[in-house]
Amino acid sequence: MKIGGHKVPVTAYIGALIVLLALIAILFAPWVAPYPQTKIVGGVWDPPNAHDLLGTDSIGRDMLSRLIFGGRTSVTIALVATTLTMIIGIGLGFLAVATNKIVDNILSRIIDVMLAMPILIFALMVFAVLGTSIPIMIITISTLESTRVFRLARAVAMNITVLDYVQVARLRGEGVGWVIFREILPNALPPLIAEFGLRFCFTFLFIASLSFLGLGIQPPAADWGSMVHDNAQAISFGGYAPLFPAGAIALVTIGVNLIVDWLLSIHALPSGTGAEV
Amino acid sequence: MTSTEAKMDLLLDIKGLRIEAGASAVLADGIDLVLRRGEVLGLIGESGAGKSTLGLAALVYARPGCRITAGQILLSGKDIRGLNAKGRRALRGVRVAYVAQSAASAFNPAMTLMQQVCEGPLRHGIMNRKDAEANAVALFKALDLPDPANFGSRYPHEASGGQLQRAMVAMAMSCRPDLLVLDEPTTALDVTTQIEVLAKLRELIRDYGTAALYVTHDLSVVAQIADRILVLRYGKMVETGTTTEILTTPTSSYTRALVAERQAAMSGQGVAGAPRAATVLAVEDVTIKYGTLTAVDRVGFKVGRAETVAVVGESGSGKSTLAYAAVGQIVPAGGGFLFGETPLPPSYKARTADQRRRIQLIYQLPDIALNPRQTIGDILGRPVAFFEKLPRAAVRARVAELLRLVGLPEDFVTRLPGQLSGGQKQRVCIARALAARPDLVICDEVTSALDPLVAEDILKLLKQLQDELGVSYLFITHDLGTVKRIAHRVVVMLKGRMVAEGATAAIFDTPPDDYTRRLLLSVPEMRTDWLDEALKRRDIWRAGPATALA
Repeated sequence: MKIGGHKVPVTAYIGALIVLLALIAILFAPWVAPYPQTKIVGGVWDPPNAHDLLGTDSIGRDMLSRLIFGGRTSVTIALVATTLTMIIGIGLGFLAVATNKIVDNILSRIIDVMLAMPILIFALMVFAVLGTSIPIMIITISTLESTRVFRLARAVAMNITVLDYVQVARLRGEGVGWVIFREILPNALPPLIAEFGLRFCFTFLFIASLSFLGLGIQPPAADWGSMVHDNAQAISFGGYAPLFPAGAIALVTIGVNLIVDWLLSIHALPSGTGAEV
Repeated sequence: MTSTEAKMDLLLDIKGLRIEAGASAVLADGIDLVLRRGEVLGLIGESGAGKSTLGLAALVYARPGCRITAGQILLSGKDIRGLNAKGRRALRGVRVAYVAQSAASAFNPAMTLMQQVCEGPLRHGIMNRKDAEANAVALFKALDLPDPANFGSRYPHEASGGQLQRAMVAMAMSCRPDLLVLDEPTTALDVTTQIEVLAKLRELIRDYGTAALYVTHDLSVVAQIADRILVLRYGKMVETGTTTEILTTPTSSYTRALVAERQAAMSGQGVAGAPRAATVLAVEDVTIKYGTLTAVDRVGFKVGRAETVAVVGESGSGKSTLAYAAVGQIVPAGGGFLFGETPLPPSYKARTADQRRRIQLIYQLPDIALNPRQTIGDILGRPVAFFEKLPRAAVRARVAELLRLVGLPEDFVTRLPGQLSGGQKQRVCIARALAARPDLVICDEVTSALDPLVAEDILKLLKQLQDELGVSYLFITHDLGTVKRIAHRVVVMLKGRMVAEGATAAIFDTPPDDYTRRLLLSVPEMRTDWLDEALKRRDIWRAGPATALA
């Protein structure tokens, strides 16, 4: 199959399959999961068996069901946070380019300061002051991650804004809104869509890390990071319960990454260039 | 000559060559070509004709994504297509060498020119360092580079464009190749530099007895250097013959059109102006600075109604800077523009919508002047809606009218710029400028990115639009052929200063200053003896009274 004039590589199909399966499982969790997520169905850390396909967790709940319900929380929060990240990052990045040098300088320097601080440390600081809740977590993550998106969005927009068609619009007297939404954004979309995928992976892992540290989603709701945390002890007893949520995190990250790789490769090769290029 | 001698004499023999890109695109097909020792073959064609692809095939090289899929490439009777990677490496640079179009981007900026020129002979083990350096100095000398003994210690950024191009020829000649592939070696140079490079190149090829494939789109240039010409179009051979045959008795209609276009460019004497009407734009003592560098220095002239004023100059003369200042994109450091009688605010931000509407700019590269994600209908409809605030149906009607005006079919409204050819895109750019119903259109090198025949059509269109709409043009160009065909008046610029201004015919007949004279002398004419004559005239002129020109 061809999309955009290029053959879709096998890896992209694998990525799409992983993401599709994960999405189906998450969207239809109550129908797909064999048990409710909080129901205790077996012993502590039962190995996989016919009754519980992936075994049970630290207090005897079905691992598969918790994985499916936990995915809901993990993926939804990551999606919301990433969307917010992109909106803030792209908005500010484009604004820096489309307005004037003073705005650009002020925004860029503030963001430079933010970039100088490690994200995890900064987030822990914020949670220590404001406490942990899902809205606070989403806002903190988006603000911090958006500094990375700002850099990319600004660079992409900078390359587009020097092109003659943007100058034409400016010389005509078009406002900042027209320049951003009609001239720059449509042409900046391909790299930004790829960035969305990549940023999703980072956010997803970041939330998992926070949950693992006990700062993310609070019990009894399941999420993959806290599931690793809750079941980590099993490793000491030779069980492999934490490997399932950890594997799920890895699998979704890899799946999204494979799709991103493909998206990036499409736009690395400009199609329809002349014979002499 | 006996048949065995003729065989010995035969250097390159390409038979039935076919080069493909991807699955479906054929870049060259059915190419047969013969080159004898010491012979120069000109490959002529428009962009996309496959001439560079064919030139590279002589090095058994295809650009990434392209493949040589059929045919034979024989060098001195041996098939070089069958060579393995090692064999090809031994061939390239040693027996067949390549000179790229843009020397500035082909040199490694971190190495001196001497290191780069000696790299080939040393790498291939042909000479030791001492001999290689002596060889390089001899080549620098033959190419008339300044201070040949020490020229090699310069880095690429310390040499001018023309010097770099010659250094690149020295690099290609360093292993004494049998065959030189020259890919538009003078296209990126100014005309006054081009003549020097061309003269030295021809001398060197003759002295060393090197055969050459000379790839270019310019018939006048190839006429000076080639023994035979091969005309290509869409990857196929159109016509081949001696240079004189092609120039005087072309047989195919395509070649005839090419030759006629050049002749028209050469013979024009400018457009005789009616008495000058009211002034549309007055440039008054404009000075523009980039930091400490003065790009435009106290330039002043006037553009009248329905008049075309050409601003001519070489790269770096400040002509485009002047155009950007006129539309308010650059703010001058001194002087200013008058629109009719009213002074224009320096920045476009301070100008009224009506002032912005009345002066429109058409850019050099139509590819980046049109938003690739907007349809032609949107591109043309926006200025109409923006300036005239018409209802949607009226905008649609006006867009259709604009497309008709520039000779494009009306169903183009739904197309994206990517689906148009270069000439069609430039027509859309013209239509977009006209959408604002301007009094003055500034054309910044509008034809220089186009193939000659397409460029000719665009010039005709601009002229016709001027007759119909009475619009004035400020024409920025480096091409004197363009000036001759379209301009009523000429402004000649050199390093930011205006050195001549007047009616086109007057300036061309009796150039008022040395630089203009040299510029006019440097434009290649389409006959084989032009270069000799031009060099002779230059020598006489040089021997004459000392000039102030650097």
